Amino acid sequence: MEALTKNVMEVDRRPMNFWEKIYLPAILKGMTITFRHMFKKKPTVQYPEKTRYFSPVFRGMHILNRDEEGRERCTACGLCAVACPAEAITMEAAERKPDEAHLYREEKYAARYEINMLRCIFCGLCEEACPKDAIYLSQTVTPADYARKNFIYTKNDLLIPDPVKDPEGFAKAKGIHQ
Amino acid sequence: MMFLLTIDWAFFLEKLILIAIVITLSLVIAMYATYAERKIAAFMQDRIGPNRAGPFGILQPLADGMKLFFKEEIIPNHSNRFLFIMGPALAMLTAMMTCAVIPWGNKVELFGRSIPLQIADINIGILYIFAVVSLGVYGIMIGGWASNNKFSLLAAMRGASQVISYELAMGISLIALLMLTGSLSLKTIVEQQMQAGHFWNIAYQPLGFLIFFICAMAECNRAPFDLPEAENELNMGYHQEYSSMKLGFYLFAEYINMFISSAVIVTLFFGGYDMPFVNETLLTPNMAALVGVIAFFAKIFIFIFIFMWIRWTLPRFRYDQLMNLGWKGLILLALANMLITAAIILYRM
Repeated sequence: MEALTKNVMEVDRRPMNFWEKIYLPAILKGMTITFRHMFKKKPTVQYPEKTRYFSPVFRGMHILNRDEEGRERCTACGLCAVACPAEAITMEAAERKPDEAHLYREEKYAARYEINMLRCIFCGLCEEACPKDAIYLSQTVTPADYARKNFIYTKNDLLIPDPVKDPEGFAKAKGIHQ
Repeated sequence: MMFLLTIDWAFFLEKLILIAIVITLSLVIAMYATYAERKIAAFMQDRIGPNRAGPFGILQPLADGMKLFFKEEIIPNHSNRFLFIMGPALAMLTAMMTCAVIPWGNKVELFGRSIPLQIADINIGILYIFAVVSLGVYGIMIGGWASNNKFSLLAAMRGASQVISYELAMGISLIALLMLTGSLSLKTIVEQQMQAGHFWNIAYQPLGFLIFFICAMAECNRAPFDLPEAENELNMGYHQEYSSMKLGFYLFAEYINMFISSAVIVTLFFGGYDMPFVNETLLTPNMAALVGVIAFFAKIFIFIFIFMWIRWTLPRFRYDQLMNLGWKGLILLALANMLITAAIILYRM
């Protein structure tokens, strides 16, 4: 029969010769292999002290961005929710009061913004759809939890720290993304 | 009261101290052998191994031992309580008893006394070791039987038949060596190898050494001969029903066995406490003893490493392969080796 690939190897079915029968040369060969492995570089990452490098295009947990004055960028246009193939995003819009101008950048803002992390597939389409640069996928891995309801992330979980009040936390949350 | 005065109390004390030191030493070495085993296994598999408890994980054996002590002690209802407790005790006892006749070094001069670094230099040292080692299988057998569990019993049966099969070849390979040395005393065997112009016994008995080494591995129930405790076929084998420190004793006895059989191999074939390229007679007795002990332990550690190295290289034998190797391979080889040795000795006489 014609082989389907070129990677076919004929199995050697000749009876074993003397050296193969006493097994010792093969055992010694195996032992040199294991001995060599003792001096190889270990791929282990010492986790809590060191963390593995993430690629710059890594798509992790979402953050809701603020502008440089610390105002929320999101205007609750709903484009992210529309773009989301997993239908993980829910939001409710509200109108900004005159005394809230320092909190929200635009006249409309998201009063409620929720992402169901169990639904999210981390495709990054929300990030692409957003016209206001308000949502980003950060370099952080979504942490594990015990209950399903804790995976519905609200604005509290998602909002980036204020760049004016907490510049350090802001830079950390932003990561190397931008 | 006269007979009390005739007892050499200093001799008594010196032996007691020596026993305490040897027992403690073999326990500590067995303890750190578990650590070495895990580290070597890890390194051979491109891992790092235990490194959290203390620097480089050096306290890991203590943590493991502590864990075993605090585990719940379970004695199954359907087991024979007396035998169930006796199993691990016997395994540990026989493992520890062997070290009585091993010469750890030459004499040391202390307080005007010449103290030999050997608990008992009996003239049938090897025979004693063989007797005790073959008792070791009772630990496995009794443990497997008392558990009243089919897997444990199967494993114990495997263990017993394996030890019987391999003891035969081991004994025959040793006869060839004893024909050369003409003595059963381990001390005499070592002293013969230390003589000028006389090489270590490995040079005269390479095949005998190979057979002895393979059989020693089988007697210790080490991989690739770890059929009695085949984790994935027999659910840990004969110690499946054991928990807490009783399990610890079984595991520990295995490491002590490994240490002792390394010591026996070194004594018989690798010159015991003979430091190569050093003439011990030129040194002061205490210096020579120190050098000897260091050399002896270095050789033992090399052998323990080889035991582990083989374990993490080779897969386990199938049962029929084990029996084939024992009965059709090693015994015949050992017999041939014995006959050839005997013929050469006769020819040279």
